[in-house]
Amino acid sequence: MENSATAKLETLKEKEEKIFLQTVKRLLKNKLAVTGLVIIILQVIFAILAPLLVSYSPNQQNLSETNLGIGSSHHFLGTDNYGRDIWTRVVYGARISLIVGLSAVSLGLVGGLILGLLGGYYRRIDGIVMRIVDLLFAFPGILLAMLIIAILGTSLVNVVIAISVWSIPGCARIVRGSVLSIKKQEYIMAMKSLGASDIRILFKHILPNCTAPIIVFATMRMATAILSTSALSFLGLGAQPPTPEWGAMIAAGQDFMWDAPHMAIVPGIAIMLTVFAFNVVGDGLRDALDPNMEMNM
Amino acid sequence: MLVLIVRRLFQLVLLLFGISFIVFMSMFIAPGDPAAIIAGPTASASDLEAIRASMGLDKPVLVQYLDYLAGVLHGDFGYSYQTGQSVSDAIISRFPNTFKLAVASMIVAMAIGIFAGIISAIKHNSWIDFSSTTIALLGVSIPNFWLGAMLILVFAVNLQILPVGGLSYSIFSLEGIKELVLPAITLGTASAALIARMSRSSMLEVIQSDYIRTAKAKGVKKRSIVWVHALRNAMIPVITIIGIDFGALLGGTVITEQVFAINGVGRLMIDAIAARDFPIIQGTVLLVAAIFVVVNLIIDIIYALIDPRISYD
Repeated sequence: MENSATAKLETLKEKEEKIFLQTVKRLLKNKLAVTGLVIIILQVIFAILAPLLVSYSPNQQNLSETNLGIGSSHHFLGTDNYGRDIWTRVVYGARISLIVGLSAVSLGLVGGLILGLLGGYYRRIDGIVMRIVDLLFAFPGILLAMLIIAILGTSLVNVVIAISVWSIPGCARIVRGSVLSIKKQEYIMAMKSLGASDIRILFKHILPNCTAPIIVFATMRMATAILSTSALSFLGLGAQPPTPEWGAMIAAGQDFMWDAPHMAIVPGIAIMLTVFAFNVVGDGLRDALDPNMEMNM
Repeated sequence: MLVLIVRRLFQLVLLLFGISFIVFMSMFIAPGDPAAIIAGPTASASDLEAIRASMGLDKPVLVQYLDYLAGVLHGDFGYSYQTGQSVSDAIISRFPNTFKLAVASMIVAMAIGIFAGIISAIKHNSWIDFSSTTIALLGVSIPNFWLGAMLILVFAVNLQILPVGGLSYSIFSLEGIKELVLPAITLGTASAALIARMSRSSMLEVIQSDYIRTAKAKGVKKRSIVWVHALRNAMIPVITIIGIDFGALLGGTVITEQVFAINGVGRLMIDAIAARDFPIIQGTVLLVAAIFVVVNLIIDIIYALIDPRISYD
């Protein structure tokens, strides 16, 4: 009796591993997703090794070498109006984008998970949770983030808070939906009748079954978070000069469009590549995790 | 149907209450004393007291909220801390520009998005499909403020065929249309990309359905199948995505107005955030959020009208 139970558990584990491997295989078949993955890995390497990859410091000015164009000797992406090396600033910018994106998305996930799990599992709380979600969704797009920054004041840390709050409703809705469908399944009923506590059921049995949609959401959300961080900084609501943040760099570059257009062009390409990478990986993950969706996108 | 509309209207009213409460409370959560912002750094304690009393800031918060709400219902959103101008006047004078920008961008987005999506679906897995889906992915990834700057660089600085910015001429003049082109493309691109993706997947699904196969078997011309039979049904999910995306577009007007120096509601808001001018922030956020939820209500109703299969129970 016991033996057959362990055997069953083992086949279950094997099955899980198989699903994981299949997902990876499917993801690696998707050329766009692989491209995105390569870009993200490169960016992470840049962000970690930043000081080793550059020969200047990001705020090091050199007023005798201002507005050098792309391809100058010693400055292959040129310099800005203060003679700062643009390649250096873009590499350090990758650090800021990744850190801000990761922290904002993780914070948002925590908030969304708590709301979604509670709302999906406890019928009595569900009404309140959904009203909160509806209310947060009523502020269109980046407006919620802007309102939060209006309250807290302009800084990069407040951008993280603003974007994480803005990520909560989307995450909560996805988690709640998954919980609702999972909690009706027989094995959850079985766990309940065996006397498992709610917390155990929620975290040990329901949460692991919501991971697929959460991973897809988090990946797509990274794209939005990085894009919004740069947009807020561009508007002067996020990173303040001289921080080498991509959006702030574009804002500064806009004033030198005639003499040094590369000041605005280069960081924009960096943003676009990064956001594109997270979007295609998110897309690829969704298709890989749910083969039935493949037809649609 | 009527029940649905009444119920959604009721929900809308509740939602508007919620929005106005959050927006109103933002001023109280924020650090800093509004009276001190108005009075300036040199004001004495008695001056502050007088300002507080005249603004009703000495009353309990809930009473202040109800006062604010009563004002809003009469079109009175308070007065700017900075200029003393009435908030509703400030918004009304700038609203036409934002409205023009939003509508023009939506037209650009729908025209390009739906067309590209349908072509992609018809030429499924061809190079046209592949390049259009890739461009659409780039379209959602491109920062719109950067796209705006690049368009200015090419069309205004280098080619000099379109103006650098501003929105001051009438829409019925050549100048008025010319100055709207770049901002509309800038703001519409992300939405166009999203609509294209949705149209493509929705169209693919419809094309492969039974009734289209029947139409084909009957010998209906391919063109008429696509543009008459399939299009109507394929557009249903697209309408929802347009509604959801309209919010992102409204948020995007703020950024686009900044890039093209358009004197609109968004710019008013950004300036107010920088100056911590709360009556203006409250008024603009309240207005944009209200427009967004009302538009979504309308879309929900249209949705239920064109697709009788949908019930909201």
